[in-house]
Amino acid sequence: MAEYKLNTPLTDEDIAQLKAGDVVFLTGFIYSARDAAHKKLVDLLDEGKELPFDLKGAAIYYVGPSPAPPGRPIGAAGPTTSYRMDSYAPRLYSLGLKASIGKGKRNAETRQAMQDHTAVYFGATGGAGALLSNSIVESNIIAFDELGPEAVREMKVKDFPLLVINDSHGNELYAVPDLKAAGIE
Amino acid sequence: MRTIQTTEIVDAVAAMCIKGNTELPADVRAKLEQAMAEETSLSAKEVLRQLLENADLAMNTKLPLCQDCGLAVLFVEVGDDIRIEGGNLREAIDEGVRIGYGDGFLRKSACDPLTRANTGDGTPAVIHFDFVPGDTLKISYMAKGGGAENMSRVTMLAPAQGWQGIKEFVINRVAEAGPNPCPPTIIGIGIGGTFEHAAKIAKKSLLRKLDDTHPDPAIAAKEKELEDALNALGIGPMGLGGKTTVLGVKITMEPCHLASLPLAVNVQCHSQRHEEVIL
Repeated sequence: MAEYKLNTPLTDEDIAQLKAGDVVFLTGFIYSARDAAHKKLVDLLDEGKELPFDLKGAAIYYVGPSPAPPGRPIGAAGPTTSYRMDSYAPRLYSLGLKASIGKGKRNAETRQAMQDHTAVYFGATGGAGALLSNSIVESNIIAFDELGPEAVREMKVKDFPLLVINDSHGNELYAVPDLKAAGIE
Repeated sequence: MRTIQTTEIVDAVAAMCIKGNTELPADVRAKLEQAMAEETSLSAKEVLRQLLENADLAMNTKLPLCQDCGLAVLFVEVGDDIRIEGGNLREAIDEGVRIGYGDGFLRKSACDPLTRANTGDGTPAVIHFDFVPGDTLKISYMAKGGGAENMSRVTMLAPAQGWQGIKEFVINRVAEAGPNPCPPTIIGIGIGGTFEHAAKIAKKSLLRKLDDTHPDPAIAAKEKELEDALNALGIGPMGLGGKTTVLGVKITMEPCHLASLPLAVNVQCHSQRHEEVIL
């Protein structure tokens, strides 16, 4: 398990070297988008319109932060469960997205898209929203303000702690449940 | 007849929402610490270390433990000898949630199921009322996050499936959920009642302290049996592998129809946020 410090935008070289289980500290700009924002992003693509941010080399963070209290750039900001974005993710990967950040399993199409387009899926620790917010130094809503917590934000991150769950070579980090040990054949 | 003013209820609920979302209960923290000591895998230890650091940070900064501050779920026990003055009890509880989620900078996650438009203030809360002897009003609050709730299921087993069928369903459910609900999780199980009642008692089971023991030794043994089986799955903290897949299993069992065996599995994330107040 290696440790890397990477900056956005991410390149194919940055991604290809990563293996499931590696730790990455990410610095630069990332974009928040979850369920409702993904639907709107894909609607924009369908209409042939421009997205609110450049997908090339981008990292999307599946997060809906809590409101920023006075004196902080953002509230708690941990990952949400990723499978709900699986119906949109392959298309975004095919258009240049290099990384998504969330928690939980991805489906086969999304995993295949990562291999096809040299991309990764990073896990951040779910339920550590207060702690993760310490790595976010700036946050601004850039689209879909009306979605409230689900609006798209440009977030400036410094050494954001991530774990490679799915790499671009078809490997996955998650443990396979041992049903036999649990008494089920 | 004791009189309780709705203003007291509003204040108490608002305070519970804020405290519940920023302070990890002592029993949950103790379980996480114990798990960290027992885990041998480095990734499992690191996740648990981060969760404990997160709890310290939330306590000190008053940031929520998790950005998903949940739907507010409340169980209310209304004493026979009280009278509510100043308004309606349900409205007072919703008002407390509205104030707590606003003043506490908590995320408002309630939305229209189809348009997905956010209601904007965290309400309506999901409130379950019960009527009990006495002259007090007990309100229990739970912040129920969406990720773990999505992994929950209700099923109607055939009576012939019995305990073995229950056990298999629960183990398969937790295995299939894998890393999604933020393990180590707490599993609330409702056995019996009807379709909707099984779900309600499964959720109510999650209000129990992690370190308590079920008063019925036969059910306590079943809780232990399931906890050991689920931890043998090896899913571990955040699904990265390890000995700690669940922090606890809590069962509530009630009589059911002779044709049925209702079973509800309510999955709760490690951020088991709940509070209670007695007025």
